[in-house]
Amino acid sequence: MTLVRISDDALARAGGADKLAEAFEKKGCQVLRTSSWGMHWLEPLVEIDGLGFGPATLNDIDAILAGTSDKSIGKIEDHPFIATQTRITFKRAGKTRPLSLQDYEANGGWAGLARARQIGPEAIVEQVKLSGLRGRGGAGFPTGIKWDTVMRAAGPQKYIVCNADEGDSGTFADRMAMEGDPFALIEGMAIAGEAVGADRGYIYLRSEYPDALRKLNAALDLCADIIAPFKCEVRVGAGAYVCGEETSLLNSLEGKRGEVRAKPPLPALEGFLGRPTVVNNVLSLQAVPHILTEGGAEEYKNAGFGRSRGTMPLQLAGNIKHGGLYEVGFGVTLDELVNKIGGGTASGRPVKAVQVGGPLGAYIHPDQFDIRFDYEEYTAADALIGHGGLTVFDDTADMLDMARFAMEFCSVESCGKCTPCRIGAVRGVEILDSIREGGRKRDRIELAPQMHNAPKDKGRDAGDEIALLTDFCETMKFGSLCALGGFTPYPVLSALRQWPEDFTDNPELVKQALPEATG
Amino acid sequence: MSDRSDILGEIIARHHHREGPLLPILNDVQAELGCVDAASEAMIARGLNISRADVHGVVSFYHDYLSSPDARPHVQICRAEACKARGVEKLIDSASAAAGERVRISTVYCLGLCSAGPAARIGDELHIRLDEDAITNLVESA
Repeated sequence: MTLVRISDDALARAGGADKLAEAFEKKGCQVLRTSSWGMHWLEPLVEIDGLGFGPATLNDIDAILAGTSDKSIGKIEDHPFIATQTRITFKRAGKTRPLSLQDYEANGGWAGLARARQIGPEAIVEQVKLSGLRGRGGAGFPTGIKWDTVMRAAGPQKYIVCNADEGDSGTFADRMAMEGDPFALIEGMAIAGEAVGADRGYIYLRSEYPDALRKLNAALDLCADIIAPFKCEVRVGAGAYVCGEETSLLNSLEGKRGEVRAKPPLPALEGFLGRPTVVNNVLSLQAVPHILTEGGAEEYKNAGFGRSRGTMPLQLAGNIKHGGLYEVGFGVTLDELVNKIGGGTASGRPVKAVQVGGPLGAYIHPDQFDIRFDYEEYTAADALIGHGGLTVFDDTADMLDMARFAMEFCSVESCGKCTPCRIGAVRGVEILDSIREGGRKRDRIELAPQMHNAPKDKGRDAGDEIALLTDFCETMKFGSLCALGGFTPYPVLSALRQWPEDFTDNPELVKQALPEATG
Repeated sequence: MSDRSDILGEIIARHHHREGPLLPILNDVQAELGCVDAASEAMIARGLNISRADVHGVVSFYHDYLSSPDARPHVQICRAEACKARGVEKLIDSASAAAGERVRISTVYCLGLCSAGPAARIGDELHIRLDEDAITNLVESA
């Protein structure tokens, strides 16, 4: 009987993988539903004896079984997209059935937890520090130091909270990790619990990921005895982007409005219900089981670059020919990622911009594509890595539109607690509309004789409005409580700086208005 | 009406013992009753011994909760950056035209299918690589 492997990842299923699997079964094949390899342009991908066929449709089945299909991509493991990766966090991607304990164990599962239980809390934290792992949610805070703080904090009850509120556009690594390898996340949380002395864990999952919810709940049922005495449950959000911010997430978890808390106190000391809490991103926790295996920390550390150690699961998204998940050590350049690995745009037109790091990340011009993936190098370039999502745009993109969208998004998703974000975002949209109109005339109120202080001149030209916008962005950047308001200026100002021609007919105005080297 | 309060009571009892029970309760109320209206808010407040203002503050914060039921089929279209880069904005007019008053169309920021957009969601069913024909079909058959 022919053994056929088809992913049950949400993206493959949205592309028709379920029907495909059913049809192969009708033909007498045995179908294994595995996790996804991450080559999304080929999904649904059919694998038979290591050979891949995709994107497969129902019409391709006979040809695939006969070995005559023109959708053949050869041996999957040798495909350049896979062969050039360093897969640690996603080492089981494409290879195992997500909910099979047997597959998980046979591929190195639970080894990290077993060793963690042997070596004890201090040594676990030491291993995580040694690996150089930094928070993969975006802030890049060293995970080992966070764990150390919680380990030393006093308290009868501590918590491990997994931030699975992956709201950034252009990112899907958390989703793939949770759907494709849920036991690894749970093992990572159990190890964290072992390290800091927490016996309760929560996974805060966004409501937009129904498949991940189903798989995580099933996985937790299956492995409850293995992770005991550690207990873990999934909590589902209710559609608020800002709940991906850790303090806002904690409020939401407690059943409050998802408003950001001022720090300090740090969640490590006063987190969920005021108790010491580790809040880590899915990818950070997912990397932990490997780090805790014998020699794993060293191996992880050696994959990195500069002060950014280990691998980053990058997500190639948007208008890109070969989109998907690409895990690689830090240090890779954007040019390699977008043009070589990604194959340029899906539309075949020239690349205009790449937004790195989700809706709060800067737009990067092809002139800067030699920039290497590294927390420090991005910070120096007024950009951020964020969650490692790359959204590619072709030359039809209007950067004023994208800048306006960044502000609009911030105004929709702002929690409303701090003024720069709540009001700045709304005003930002208005100012960008005014820039598109080439400025604005004084309105009726301003011209009223009672308004003694309002100037009665012709109005504000685009240059005035651009100067106002940059001033606004400064205020948002330095005055907001969290990254939502604080980082929205990145996409806006980077678009303005690099594509001034999309904002005004007279790009000189932008040069005059922009402060030097602030972003 | 008593049906409704029975269901509400059952949902509150189901989650009452949990740490931070409010969101799990609200999620179930929205899923099972189609909305979280003022009457439900009052009953949840009594059940958890918190004020109605506390409950309303939370309900009004999150995008997923409706204050009155909407029985129409619901299509969520992703209009975040990655789907914009793949041309979702050009599809919105066709989707709205196909929807008319019969289908509720709403915007969602990211379904995590960013390499294969434009993407949409109906219930727990996801759709990718949508073009004008595909989205029209999708909305019409919703």
